[in-house]
Amino acid sequence: MTDMAKSQPASSTTATNDGSMETAIVRIAGDSGDGVQLVGGRFSINSALAGNDLVTFPDFPAEIRAPTGSIYGVSAYQLHFGGRNIKTIGDHVDVLVAFNPAALKTNLALLAKGGILILDSSGFSATNLRKAGYKTSPLEDKSLDGYQLMQLDIGKMTMLATTPFGLTKKQALRCKNFFALGLLFWLFDRDRSKTAVWIKDKFAKNPEIGDANVAAMNAGHSHGETIELAGDLSKIHVPTFKMEPGLYRAITGADAMAYGLATAAELSNRQLVLASYPITPSSNILHKLANMKELGVVTFQAEDEIAAVGAALGASYAGALGVTASSGPGVALKMEMIGLAVATELPLIIINSQRAGPSTGLPTKTEQSDLYQSVFGRNGDAPLPVLAARSPGDSFYCAIEAARLAQKYMTPVILLTDGFINNTSEPWSIPDIGDLARIEVPNRTDPTDYKPYERDEKTLARAWAIPGTPGLEHRIGGLERDALTGAVSYDPANHQKMSELRAQKTANIAFDIGELTVDQGDENGDLVVVGWGSTYGPISRAVTTMRAKGYAVSHVHLRHIFPFPANQCELLSRFKRILVPEMNMGQLITLMKAMDCPAATGLTKLEGQPFLVSELEVAILDAIKEVKNG
Amino acid sequence: MGDQLTSTGLKPADFASSQEVRWCPGCGDYAILKAVRKTMADVGASLENTLVISGIGCAARFPYYMATYGFHTIHGRAPTIASGAMLANPDLDVWIITGDGDALAIGGNHFIHMLRRNFNCQILLFNNEIYGLTKGQYSPTSRENTRSPSTPMGSIDTPLSAAHVALGAGARFVARAVDTQQKQLVDILTKAYQHKGTSFVEIFQNCIVYNDGVFDPFTDKKNVADHQIYIEHEKPMIFGANADQGLMVDAGFHLKPTKLDGDTRALIHDETNRSLAFMLAEQSPPDGPMVMGVLYQNPDEIYQTRVKEQIKTAQSNNKRSINDALRDGTTWSVK
Ligand SMILES: Cc1ncc(C[n+]2csc(CCOP(=O)(O)OP(=O)(O)O)c2C)c(N)n1
Ligand code: SF4
Ligand SMILES: [Mg+2]
Repeated sequence: MTDMAKSQPASSTTATNDGSMETAIVRIAGDSGDGVQLVGGRFSINSALAGNDLVTFPDFPAEIRAPTGSIYGVSAYQLHFGGRNIKTIGDHVDVLVAFNPAALKTNLALLAKGGILILDSSGFSATNLRKAGYKTSPLEDKSLDGYQLMQLDIGKMTMLATTPFGLTKKQALRCKNFFALGLLFWLFDRDRSKTAVWIKDKFAKNPEIGDANVAAMNAGHSHGETIELAGDLSKIHVPTFKMEPGLYRAITGADAMAYGLATAAELSNRQLVLASYPITPSSNILHKLANMKELGVVTFQAEDEIAAVGAALGASYAGALGVTASSGPGVALKMEMIGLAVATELPLIIINSQRAGPSTGLPTKTEQSDLYQSVFGRNGDAPLPVLAARSPGDSFYCAIEAARLAQKYMTPVILLTDGFINNTSEPWSIPDIGDLARIEVPNRTDPTDYKPYERDEKTLARAWAIPGTPGLEHRIGGLERDALTGAVSYDPANHQKMSELRAQKTANIAFDIGELTVDQGDENGDLVVVGWGSTYGPISRAVTTMRAKGYAVSHVHLRHIFPFPANQCELLSRFKRILVPEMNMGQLITLMKAMDCPAATGLTKLEGQPFLVSELEVAILDAIKEVKNG
Repeated sequence: MGDQLTSTGLKPADFASSQEVRWCPGCGDYAILKAVRKTMADVGASLENTLVISGIGCAARFPYYMATYGFHTIHGRAPTIASGAMLANPDLDVWIITGDGDALAIGGNHFIHMLRRNFNCQILLFNNEIYGLTKGQYSPTSRENTRSPSTPMGSIDTPLSAAHVALGAGARFVARAVDTQQKQLVDILTKAYQHKGTSFVEIFQNCIVYNDGVFDPFTDKKNVADHQIYIEHEKPMIFGANADQGLMVDAGFHLKPTKLDGDTRALIHDETNRSLAFMLAEQSPPDGPMVMGVLYQNPDEIYQTRVKEQIKTAQSNNKRSINDALRDGTTWSVK
């Protein structure tokens, strides 16, 4: 669950004297059945509507139906919102709501000293205390003295508020989550009318339950006012953030990926066929696309990962945009087929939602340790482009970029994302599909002089000639093919030539992906922090704060992992020092060495959790000190 | 496939690619290649719409010898690629070529799932009871005690029966044939082609190098009449040089060969009876005849159609564009 911070941060960023905070981090934790994800989602939307930027992260228990009150059954929802560009879920929590002792136990370490702790005392029964491993009640033993503790009997107050609606006790208690939401709405001075409308709409089939939830929310809000009068706690003001103009929605990485794939198919004027085998944390991509049939999307749940990538390749062979989505262990199984895609030079997209490995590892924990697997993990010399998404919204554009490269260069493309990106959500400016560049890679139809492995001079791609086309009948396969006719060839010189062509075709992509630019900071200086994938948020925030303190640090973030953009090594050489933080044992840094980039220092983290901004700040400071000390 | 027979005017030779065929001289694969080309010509298949997909093995070299579209994939995985191709283009006329190792060892998982899904295509399993390409190791269909480079003291695994596996997996068309019995083979391939859904044909194929004569007990000229039976739907199941033996069910529900006389008549084959199909697959010399022909055929809806139907239903329930989809749920605008 929430071993995100091993130790409590020393200083608190909770409300200043005037009751305002630039950003706030709220975490709601309870039993799986307490509905924390539901109200967390509502709080997010409400924050967005109130004009905040935000990032959210649902922290689900790995167990499907853990016993109530148990440590491993705790579900939490974290929201970081505020009056500036929000890039991370936050290093620590300012306000923690815990519905039972287990939720308190697993989440307290995240709460900043002096932070606001809202506890539902109705959940602190002797049984629940025992299940969470408390010898004495934290409500009584003064162990929570360092926090602004608000213990309320949310159970009882919710029962009272919902009496008029004739619910059973069990039904009434299920409204506790909305009581807590009402209290949070009071704390952050939020309008709750839209949420009330949403609740009534959601429970339209059981209006009395809808009414009860609204009543619970209102009761929570009123209770906040009582607290305020008593002088126990005051409202916190969080300023709004001026986002770029546009139409926004909240989006998770998995949803953005699914939308990106559907959009890429539309832009390519091709059928999307997604073939997958369920695996955490990738399955949401399959689920989302399975629910997009009205857009003509075909999804196929295959019997295993190999069948999934096989079906995706077969679909591409027959002219569709074939995609398979999985996670590291599944991608390991797919590799032989990906090699066949390299050999037959067919478009294919493989999405890897990375998780902590090796083997089954930590299925629900995030990591970025499949870079080697992606770049090097096939038999033979089998180069292919590798991309990595950096955020939920970026997944959408990476999917389109993967589709562009796959078709233009007739190649499999591995697109890396991870469990963290898939599950976090952020506000996303919705593009108009009409504004996006189309992907024009027509099928070959002309039978004159057709040679299956004849290549486009510039891209070195062969033509896409799909079954069903008269006059283009040909045979392809995994046996080495003649460089022109595609017929089986055991000729040594031909194999040398084909190997070089495959390498060159992939290498050429370096010149078709734009120059690598600095994401933040100057184009030279003491230090550049180079990241890829989901470390984007924490690196970006850390670089912003360190720059504000006057340090000459810049941030470069890679989307193209292989090949690197043509100017990468040159750009990095303009800095005195290079720091590469990765959630692995140093995979990008090894690749950079292999590609002759200037020497860099690594910073590794394999705790199944994203980097904290503070950890990166320390590393940046250390690196800069070393520069200064020569 | 299931289309009506229409003539494209193509002859068997028109289905031959320019590639020189490279199986060992005398290999049963030659006979199967000949029968497939003839079947395609007979049924009026077109070159451009026909896709032959194989895995790896001697058998799997097959697509190179066809003038149609062909894909020689990886070991055991042809059904997966075929499935994807049919998802993208439901109208392709797909033939999957596989070996006993390809389909039943490394590709066993895909094989059973292909059959239960019932895509509209043919699967031809060239069963030579051996791994030909890798030089003669025993395979999942090799009989117990098969001596091979990897089993010098004889194999100890119980062999798989391809027809039983197929029936158990929910196949809707299960047939058997012998490589060199051309007329029957073409008849059965034609029926397989005409069946709508996945048609599975096990072809007993002699590997002259590593397993020569393994099927002689029922394929040798002198044994065919008495140890092989060719069955047809709604016809009595009779065999024997004098057509005086028949398959009968005894009081204990065992299917057994029986001497026919005035009073005893052979059972009539009902190809829609799956229990009977299991019993037919069970027969083998010396106790009974090896059963050739269509053991089971019972069409059901095909996968491609059902995929299309779901999309059609979704589209009639919800007419929206990708732009609309991006805007579903709560949205807000920043000016
Ligand atoms: C992944 C993989 N494993 C093993 C092989 C080696 N291999 C090639 S064909 C074959 C067995 C083929 O036997 P079968 O399918 O019966 O075909 P046959 O050669 O008998 O026609 C094996 C083990 C391979 N090509 N790929
Ligand atoms: S090894 Fe056997 S199966 Fe393979 S080509 Fe030779 S005879 Fe045919
Ligand atoms: Mg074999």
